[in-house]
Amino acid sequence: MSGSHGNFATLGGIPVEACYGPEDAGPPAPPPGQHPCTRGIHESMYRDRLWTMRQFAGFSTPEETNRRFRYLLEQGQTGLSVAFDLPTLMGYDADAPLAAGEVGRCGVPVSSLDDMETLFDGIPLADVSVSMTINSPAAPIWAMYLVAAEKQGADLSRLSGTLQNDILKEYIAQKEYIYPPRPSMRLVTDTIEFGARHTPRFNPISISGYHIREAGSTALQELAFTLCDGLEYAGWAIERGMAIDDFAPRFSFFFNAHNDFFEEIAKYRAARKLWAELMRERYGAKDERSLKLRFHAQTAGCSLTWQQPYNNVVRTTLQAMAAVLGGAQSLHTNSLDEAWALPGEHAATLALRTQQVIAYESGIAAEPDPFGGSYFVEHLTTELARGARQYIEKIDAMGGMIPAIESGYPQAEIARASYEYQRRVESGDAVVVGVNRYRGSDAAGPEILRIDSSAETLQTEKLRLLRARRNNEESTQTLNALKRAAETNANLMPPMLDAVRAHATLGEICAALKDVFGTWEERPHI
Amino acid sequence: MNAPIRVLVAKPGLDGHDRGAKVIARALRDAGMEVIYTGLRQTPEMIVNAALQEDVRVIGLSILSGAHNAIVPRVMDLLREREMTAVKVIVGGIIPDEDARELERLGVFRVFQPGASLDAIVNSVREAIDC
Repeated sequence: MSGSHGNFATLGGIPVEACYGPEDAGPPAPPPGQHPCTRGIHESMYRDRLWTMRQFAGFSTPEETNRRFRYLLEQGQTGLSVAFDLPTLMGYDADAPLAAGEVGRCGVPVSSLDDMETLFDGIPLADVSVSMTINSPAAPIWAMYLVAAEKQGADLSRLSGTLQNDILKEYIAQKEYIYPPRPSMRLVTDTIEFGARHTPRFNPISISGYHIREAGSTALQELAFTLCDGLEYAGWAIERGMAIDDFAPRFSFFFNAHNDFFEEIAKYRAARKLWAELMRERYGAKDERSLKLRFHAQTAGCSLTWQQPYNNVVRTTLQAMAAVLGGAQSLHTNSLDEAWALPGEHAATLALRTQQVIAYESGIAAEPDPFGGSYFVEHLTTELARGARQYIEKIDAMGGMIPAIESGYPQAEIARASYEYQRRVESGDAVVVGVNRYRGSDAAGPEILRIDSSAETLQTEKLRLLRARRNNEESTQTLNALKRAAETNANLMPPMLDAVRAHATLGEICAALKDVFGTWEERPHI
Repeated sequence: MNAPIRVLVAKPGLDGHDRGAKVIARALRDAGMEVIYTGLRQTPEMIVNAALQEDVRVIGLSILSGAHNAIVPRVMDLLREREMTAVKVIVGGIIPDEDARELERLGVFRVFQPGASLDAIVNSVREAIDC
């Protein structure tokens, strides 16, 4: 990105000189697969296995979303990724008063075990890996998923997939929180502990920089805050009495793939290097799988424009290339219509095809870390790692990520970065093609997916029938047992599974926990 | 010199994506206005109450979640019920064209879609006060 007056810098503000040489690159990094895995976590990377093409989808009803899932699998997608609607993300049932107007609009509503079973009807959970973007209510949603899988006859130890379950970035960036930070961290630790014992192939957490970046952070802040969050989760699990190598191999990460091509590639390389180093330094991790940072990437939703929407295909392609060149394990490419609405089927297919073209036609997948040894990319990797270390020290000095969040520090850093960027767009210093330059005439808008209120009516009716049909005494008993367990230090996954089996709804389970844990509200701050 | 314009920036509904609301709040403040930011997950009742208590002339609503058709008409109704029709409402977010026209028909002063410039938004607050 060029700055004004001939100054060049990355999108995140790292100065870019005209020419770099060997002295800027530092000593060569070990080959891919070798500590600290700057160049990739596997020796041969995509030569053995391509990344998982995992398109995030969810809208309207479990039935409609099930249809989209089956369609995407037929089109060659290799993993599923569930987008839940806002009421579900906030732990409300579809018939809750606060859910009015929001059911099925930003994702799929899942209020009950029945909804979860419908969502995966005809999709064998023993064979398909499923990622679920759910955070504050991650534990009860995961319990529903596990029971649905059991009912399909799947062995829990064979299930693979990922629960996002990253509550810290909710306080920092996306703001879908329910309980205060400490009881929320207890719930996360419960799922990590349960997963280590019962679902060894399932990632219980996806430590996410994506939303931090979408909220307006720089690449450096995304990198640094995400790693700080990872250290916090590891610290809590150790405090619980778990050994680092018993759980850390199942930590996964989720990063943004934004516009600045080389800065993004360098960010992923720096993330792997730092995580490997930190896991050794801080926690004495020995298992090499604990040291290897595996990550999913998604192209940058916030980079998509409403104006000239077909330009978004080009942005997404460049961003996806950066993710692949940076060694992602799985990838979501955004659809061109996402500044307008949820993806329509045509746009979602084109987004998947973009990955397939990169994978099979571009030749990129043949060579692990093709930019390894590039003076410029190695320099940026070093700069980002150095800057992230400084942020990590600052957060350490605050007593870790929870006190930092309570003081509003990462939130303020991100708000400042996002405002500075918007000012640069306003002045024309940062160019957004089709928005503040080359505006021309807009092509016709894409055909957009409209979600009417029938989803809300349908889901509300399903819940009414469920509450009439189930054994209400039994579901109340399981909810009371869950509350009693929440008052102790017991792992809450077993009582949560009991409540789900007794058809307690998501809203009921979350309300029971609110009674014990209370709720969290952020101090409004501009 | 006139007293500064007072604006309420509100984030209704369950969505927590507050990047836009915060950027707008800062831009209005930098333009010399007094900005009251409600924070997240405000119901229409809470927003109209806050507008009354804070004695604002303009309410800015940021909605990205597609829930605008449920939320905005309720805000407009409450303003009418409480005889606060002098308070102008500006909406920003992911609002399809036909919905934007419908919201303006219901009395919303202006709807801003993605990519709107900060200048245009600041100016429309000034226009809302003048009209």
